[in-house]
Order: sequence, then structure tokens, then C-alpha cells
Amino acid sequence: MAESFQFDLVSPERLLVSEQVESVIIPGAEGEMTVMAKHAPVMTTIQPGVVTVKSAGGGEERYVVFGGFADILPSGCTLLAESAVAVKDIDRADITRRIQEAKEDAADAEDDETRTKAEQFLHQLTTLEGAILPA
Amino acid sequence: MASLKDLRNRIASVKATQKITKAMQMVAAAKLRRAQEAAEAARPYSERMGVVLANITQAIGDDAPALMTGTGKDDVHLLVVCTAERGLCGGFNAQIARAARDHVRSLQADGKTVKIICVGKKGFDILRRDFAKLIIERIDLREVKQIGFTNADAIAKKVIQLFNKGEFDVCTLFYSQFKSVISQIPTAQQLIPAAAPAAEGESASEGAVYEYEPEPGEILSDLIPRNISVQIFRALLENAAGEMGAKMSAMDNATRNAGDMINRLSITYNRQRQAQITKELIEIISGAEAL
Repeated sequence: MAESFQFDLVSPERLLVSEQVESVIIPGAEGEMTVMAKHAPVMTTIQPGVVTVKSAGGGEERYVVFGGFADILPSGCTLLAESAVAVKDIDRADITRRIQEAKEDAADAEDDETRTKAEQFLHQLTTLEGAILPA
Repeated sequence: MASLKDLRNRIASVKATQKITKAMQMVAAAKLRRAQEAAEAARPYSERMGVVLANITQAIGDDAPALMTGTGKDDVHLLVVCTAERGLCGGFNAQIARAARDHVRSLQADGKTVKIICVGKKGFDILRRDFAKLIIERIDLREVKQIGFTNADAIAKKVIQLFNKGEFDVCTLFYSQFKSVISQIPTAQQLIPAAAPAAEGESASEGAVYEYEPEPGEILSDLIPRNISVQIFRALLENAAGEMGAKMSAMDNATRNAGDMINRLSITYNRQRQAQITKELIEIISGAEAL
């Protein structure tokens, strides 16, 4: 059995997970990455996506996160998410609302840079919608 | 001298008021607990954020974005004043407003330009009297039952947008720090340029050489706006808890005052009634004696 390490998933509103885990899959800004014990120190921003947590006890939990960043140390990993929800608790209406907001942001953008950012975010959200919600 | 009937009415009305203040106190106590829980739940995030920010600023050195270093000027100040939406909470709102007012006065004395954003209705009502022209925006959270991160994020976005347009140089946040139920401390906190969090000994000195993905500069420019949101969020939560604490003690006082008043009124009422009975008795007796 693989070694376990401390993993914390926090959103501004609350602490979602704080436990010993075996591995965590994080949707990093430059691709998904799996974090295991004694990972080299990395700091990365994350994009909207699914975080898969394999706990030391065996179970597997999945959380949807909307942006944020991860602080990875050999001794543990902290994921600061802008907002996070367990996959089983997510509802379609919430995502639809976020997509709607992102669309508005993209439409309202005043300069190209913000528009590109908003469109990127929108694209990530749409991908996410497809990934977690069976059509 | 008030008649017996008047006194009776008075007592009944004070009793009714007491019931209301008592109920408000209990509601505030329940809400206080919830607000405190929310504030506590938000703490890990802002603490970790502080640590990460300290780490990354060390790594990046002088190359920090404008939000961190400021514009290099100190002419236009933006004040974000967070107060409650409702009154009946003692000196809570007045304290924050006073702190903000003093700050504005001292800035104006130094010849700086001041702009104000009011979050919450009560602060707006108070500051409007003196600085109606300075208030550029008013944010209403009246409809919001439980303050969420999105509320804070919206405020932060507005502030950052103004900053990017070059509307101000320094931004200060006013709110009340929640010390305990009976003490809330009005606090001014500088948001922009962000005072670099002091690297707290052990947390930063884990000495890990981080790999950054993407570049530190990019992470930092993503991180700082988020940090501002977090600061505002924390301020709003502290305010919510403080408001409920202040309301609870204000209502407790009111309930006790009403109790005292009822006692005093009842004594007057009983005395008067007794005086009247005695008077009537004397009249009857002296009437009988005259026969």
C-alpha cells in the first residue's frame, strides 16, 4: 500500500476535507496532475475541474472545484479552491448559472485581455459540464 | 399626576416592548452563533492564503505586480466602509463610521483626495451627512441572508477595476473586528498596495524550493486579487458576527431597562391605588362620624 499524506481542501466558506490520503488528482492550470506522498514542492493554479481524492482508508471522493490554487509540499498538500462542492451534491442549475454568468462576463469585457480570460473560463466550465453531467 | 388608567396602559406598553427586545436578543444570539461559525470556517482559508502569499513574495522578489506595490503615488485614497444593514445594535455602526470619518478628515487635512465606497446601509446613512459628494458607490447587502464568498468577490472586483483604471492609489478597508460579544474594535486595514505579509518564521522557513506552474508572476497576479476578495470576505464575516454581538448586548440592556421601568411604574401604580383606597375609607368614616 502506498504511503499516505495530509490533504486539505479548503474553500473560503469552509474546510471540506482534511485527512490522510493516498493520492489526489488535481486539475492544474497546465494539465492534470496526480499528487502522492513526498511530491516535490509545487505551487500551481488550478482550473475548474474535478479533484479526485483517494483516501488512505480506501474510499474515493470526487469534488468539483472552480478555480483556485494548490500548494504541494513533500509533507502534504493544500488545495485552496475558490469554491468547491462534492460531485454528488452538485446540481445542474448551479453549473448552468455559472456558465450563464461567464457568458455575460465575456460579453461585457471591455478589453481583449479580459475577454480572452472570460472566454477561457467559459470554455473550461463547458468542458466541466460535459465531464460530470451525463447528458 | 397620571391617573391609574394611564399608569396601567403605560405598564402594558412597556411590557410589550420588553417582550420584543427579549425576542430580538434571542434571535441575535442564535444568529451570532451562526455568524461565528461562518467566521471560523473561513479562517483556515485566509490563514493558508497568507502563508502561500508570504512564500511566493519571497520567491518573486521585486518583480511584484502593481496591486502589490501600488502606483507609487499617494494622492487619491479609496475607503471601503463596511457596516451593518440594520440598526438597533448599540454603537456598532457609529463606531465604524466615526473611525472612517476621522480618517477622511485627516486625509483631507493633508490635501489628499478621498473616495468612499459604502457597504451596508447604516454607514451610508451616517457618512452621507458629511461626505455625500465623496461617496462614489453604495453596495447593498440587505437581501443577502448569509454572506457568501461571491458577495465579497463582487466588491473586490469593483475595487480592482477602479484601481486598474487609475481611479485611486491607496485603498483602505474599514470594518469592526470581532473580539467578543461585548467588544468589537473598529479597524482600518490597507488593501492596496497590499502590505506584504511578514513571512512567519516556521511556515516560510520550511525552505522548500518550489516549482511554479505557471510562472510565479502569473500565479501572483492571480493570487492577489483573490487575496483581496478573501480580506473583504473576512471583514464582512467579522462584521456580521460583531453586529449580532452588539445587537445582543444592546437588546439585553434594553430588556433590563424595560424591567426596571416596569418595577418603577408598578410601585407608583400600587401607591396611587392604595392612596385612593385610603382616601375613600377616610371619606366613609368621617361621613359616619358626622351622623
